[in-house]
Amino acid sequence: MIRLEPRPDPSNIMIGLTPIFAVIATMIFGGMLFVFLGKNPVDAIRMIFWDPVFGEHAFYYRGQILVKAAPLIMIALGLSFGFRAGIWNIGAEGQFIMGAVIGGATGLALYPLDSFLVFPLMIVMGSIGGLLWALIPAYLKIKFNANEILVSLMLVYVAFNFLIGMVTGPLRNPDGFNFPESRSFQDFPSAHNPELWAGTGIHWGVLTTLGMVIFAYIAITRHIFGFNVRLAGQAPRAAKFAGVDPNKMIAICLGISGALAGMAGLFELTGPAGKLTTTFPVGYGFTAIIVAFLGRLHPIGILFAGLLLAITYVGGDIIQSQLSLPKASIQVFQGMLLFFLLAVDILVNFKIRIGKGISK
Amino acid sequence: MDISIVSLIATLIVAATPILLAATGELIVEKSGVLNLGVEGMMIMGAICGFIAAVSTGSPLLGFCIAALSGALLSLLFAILTQYLLANQVASGLALTLFGLGLAALLGHSYSGIKPPSTPKIEWFGLSDIPVIGPIIFNHDLMVYFSLFLVFVVWIFLRFTRVGLILRAVGENHDAAHALGYKVIRIRVLAIMFGGACAGLGGAYLSLIRVPQWTEGMTAGAGWIALAIVVFASWKPWRLILGAYLFGGVTILQLNLQANGFDIPVSYLSMAPYLVTIVVLVIMSADRTRASINAPASLGKIFHASS
Repeated sequence: MIRLEPRPDPSNIMIGLTPIFAVIATMIFGGMLFVFLGKNPVDAIRMIFWDPVFGEHAFYYRGQILVKAAPLIMIALGLSFGFRAGIWNIGAEGQFIMGAVIGGATGLALYPLDSFLVFPLMIVMGSIGGLLWALIPAYLKIKFNANEILVSLMLVYVAFNFLIGMVTGPLRNPDGFNFPESRSFQDFPSAHNPELWAGTGIHWGVLTTLGMVIFAYIAITRHIFGFNVRLAGQAPRAAKFAGVDPNKMIAICLGISGALAGMAGLFELTGPAGKLTTTFPVGYGFTAIIVAFLGRLHPIGILFAGLLLAITYVGGDIIQSQLSLPKASIQVFQGMLLFFLLAVDILVNFKIRIGKGISK
Repeated sequence: MDISIVSLIATLIVAATPILLAATGELIVEKSGVLNLGVEGMMIMGAICGFIAAVSTGSPLLGFCIAALSGALLSLLFAILTQYLLANQVASGLALTLFGLGLAALLGHSYSGIKPPSTPKIEWFGLSDIPVIGPIIFNHDLMVYFSLFLVFVVWIFLRFTRVGLILRAVGENHDAAHALGYKVIRIRVLAIMFGGACAGLGGAYLSLIRVPQWTEGMTAGAGWIALAIVVFASWKPWRLILGAYLFGGVTILQLNLQANGFDIPVSYLSMAPYLVTIVVLVIMSADRTRASINAPASLGKIFHASS
């Protein structure tokens, strides 16, 4: 008989090992999925995990990995604070969109102004856009006790419709033959977020993300704020006695995640995406939830998790073109990863005992 | 502007039915003390599996059966994670939604643009010809009546049966229920699977009757709205109908305004159902004491028997 025996303290070894177990389990079961789809599983897994980094065309893919990892990491960093404190912002996708729309609109309003201040101003406005959008669920939670999970998620659909309204209305490219898209930021040098070194994929967002990882690391491990966040998550009552205001916590955690998601949206818009279109949101806000958990809500972990998920995105593009598998198969793969991670998580807090009897 | 009130009500019932089905299932799940945020994922799996089954066999009824089965199977994953592996329910529910959306898109890859076999309306021996009442009450398909019947059954079950009482006890205080000898985990797993089956039915209603067609991501938040409606209903079965039909009404009204070329861009009108859901959620949650009295006390808490 299999029994679960609680550990006195969470196992530090398991905290590090379980994400690796989850990735291995995903490879095995993902491989089975590909067999089911009639493909060679070894080839498929190699294309997803190996080819983007070391394969024949890796010089191109490596840049793509950074481009995709940056928004994932930046959003996940913001989410990790709230998740630690038990505040569930799952509407990062909406905040990502609003950051891009508000920041993008600021830039478009200044078109074709030639000033080095335009891009920084857009970054600030993008962050504020995401911040304000995230403060809606925070306000409704604090004031009316409304569930932040449902409100933030509903606001994703509102934000998406707002984006459609904007690109078919006020933000539509005046010289664009009525297509539902904005002016391209590539034609607007002072608002463009270019690739800084050709072929590396590094743009301002990638650099900012790296800075944010360090910043978040200090905040969570060395600063009283990080301590309060962890306290509020693990012992809400103790946190209250220690003078942590739960309402303030809600506002700060949602605010941070919103601002970071908004900023990620702005970098994505002015760089890799290039312009606002109805297909601008590609689900980074949701995948970032997986990144946050896979990275154990820790900044350094999130850095690696973001890179890994970015690799699977690029690998997904490869299997799509080479094995003609639908794009969604990689989404299944990512969902599986989160499932296995949650499943093996039990090893952190419990020992598995086989056989009867109580251990001494 | 010409919007006929009668046809408006008749169509709002159709719009509300998927949400009502999913919300009824989730009500039972939450009454047993489990918060399953994966409704959206189970709905879309029901939508595609029901669609595939109905298209390949030509029988919508079989489609609905398969949809319920697939929803229940998917929810079993959530049940294993949260009940046996003690995983966080919020995170597991999210995982279920992400996984379900991906898997449904994968399965439905070659099924877009196909028309499913049509589901016949129930023949009420000419009662549908009665003005006003006829089109509203006597001119629907089986699933509309089934969804209302299901609410009735759930109400009877929770209020008048012994098993229903045990289910509520498990949801209110799992430690006490365990001490009394009830199988907390088993009851919860069954409740979760019932919830999955209902969500699957709701999804199939979307793809087989409401739309009727398969498109990727077609649930568009319906599962989340079902979750909100359970809160709106204060965990009381009859109020689910009110919540779902209110939501259906808003959806149909904004669609009608769109069709009539009302002077607001379509994208802003499409926000209405989501905004109304938020407003409703705010109103129902504002009274903290009432919200906390009605919510099952063990909702979302992890149960692990010490021996």
